[in-house]
Amino acid sequence: MAATDPAVAADPFLPALYRVARTRRELADTVTLELLPLEGVRPDFAPGQFNMLYAFGVGEAAISISGDAAEGAAFVHTVRNVGAVSGALARMRPGATLGLRGPFGTGWPVAAAEGADVVIVAGGLGLAPLRPAIRHILNHRRRYGRVVLLFGSRNPGEMLFRRELERWRQRLDVEIGVTVDHADPSWRGNVGVVPSLIRHASFDPHEAVAFVCGPEVMMRFTATALLAAGMGGERIWLSMERNMKCAIGLCGHCQFGPTFICKDGPVMRHDVIGGLLSVREI
Amino acid sequence: MKGLDAILEEHPFFAGFAPPHMQLIAGCARNRRFDEGEYLFHEGDPADEFFLIRHGRVALDITPPGRDPIVFETLGPGEIVGASWLVPPYRWMFDARALEVVRAIGIDAACLRGKCDADHDLGYQMMMRFLPILVKRLHATRLQILDVYGRH
Repeated sequence: MAATDPAVAADPFLPALYRVARTRRELADTVTLELLPLEGVRPDFAPGQFNMLYAFGVGEAAISISGDAAEGAAFVHTVRNVGAVSGALARMRPGATLGLRGPFGTGWPVAAAEGADVVIVAGGLGLAPLRPAIRHILNHRRRYGRVVLLFGSRNPGEMLFRRELERWRQRLDVEIGVTVDHADPSWRGNVGVVPSLIRHASFDPHEAVAFVCGPEVMMRFTATALLAAGMGGERIWLSMERNMKCAIGLCGHCQFGPTFICKDGPVMRHDVIGGLLSVREI
Repeated sequence: MKGLDAILEEHPFFAGFAPPHMQLIAGCARNRRFDEGEYLFHEGDPADEFFLIRHGRVALDITPPGRDPIVFETLGPGEIVGASWLVPPYRWMFDARALEVVRAIGIDAACLRGKCDADHDLGYQMMMRFLPILVKRLHATRLQILDVYGRH
């Protein structure tokens, strides 16, 4: 697909106008929005990239793309209401307009991972930025070795994309592990933190590639478990999150040591950034 | 039919255990089976036996006063249920319930404590195996306490 408007490509600060085509409530505080450009077609994007969504009169926030890059004409974003901007976005109804800049940032290395086992570890809303990569891998299943998806959430009632998880679980070519932090006795699945699922998963740690997304503490614990399983840091990819403003590496709000999350990330290799994860000042 | 010695040797917990020590452990062990929904033990009961799961899954839960039980961990094949037998007052701090048919090896805690007291090499080997499990569970508990998926 071509860029929406040459002016947008020329000026990354100029938002394009998009219309909310459809909304779907995922959880009590989480909504998925399908956004269509008012003019032209949406730009191509890589799984793992993000857009800056601008709720007029409220502000702008970086939101990962949660839809399939090869499907549909819309940008799909899953937004959790955790603040003024995300709240305004999550309350939008079909027909509402908003500004959009993007897509920005690095993506999951889905092409480089071909031929390898892929271990995808998601926590909470972290499943949303991974969803485009999961869809891509499942759409091109033959290109990959074993595929493992491990997902952790707070409790069974706060499980994102539950129906889609159930569909993926019905496939015979993907190993799915789901766990929750706590549950009532009616839950028959796993209870425990998501890194604890890694030692039970079937993959070759020396040949596998891991995609990890979730709260940063969860990613740190997960990376530790993957390293303990024998995987090298250069094979572990994390999707980082910081306060992104300009999205093109100019303003410095998302500086992370010598890197900028918006430009050098959000998807980054553990051997590059792992040492910074425990530095409190960053 | 396999003897207890052979079953114990196959359990990941005892990987690399010296045969004489394995024999000592086997003297404290017995096969156990729990039906779905059956409790392995209840909170407050004497911690006089712990379990090495062979098949099936076990839910650990705590019941706050006036509320439904909260499951805080599930354990499966190759894992150990219970560490309260290691430290006084030797009482369970939670309930353990079979989520499905569970086959396990039950180890008589008093018997094993006595053998560890008499043979410190055995005690050291047991501690070397239990301590990593306890540390991993402590780390996992910290992560759960942080409630990382909540609104912050």
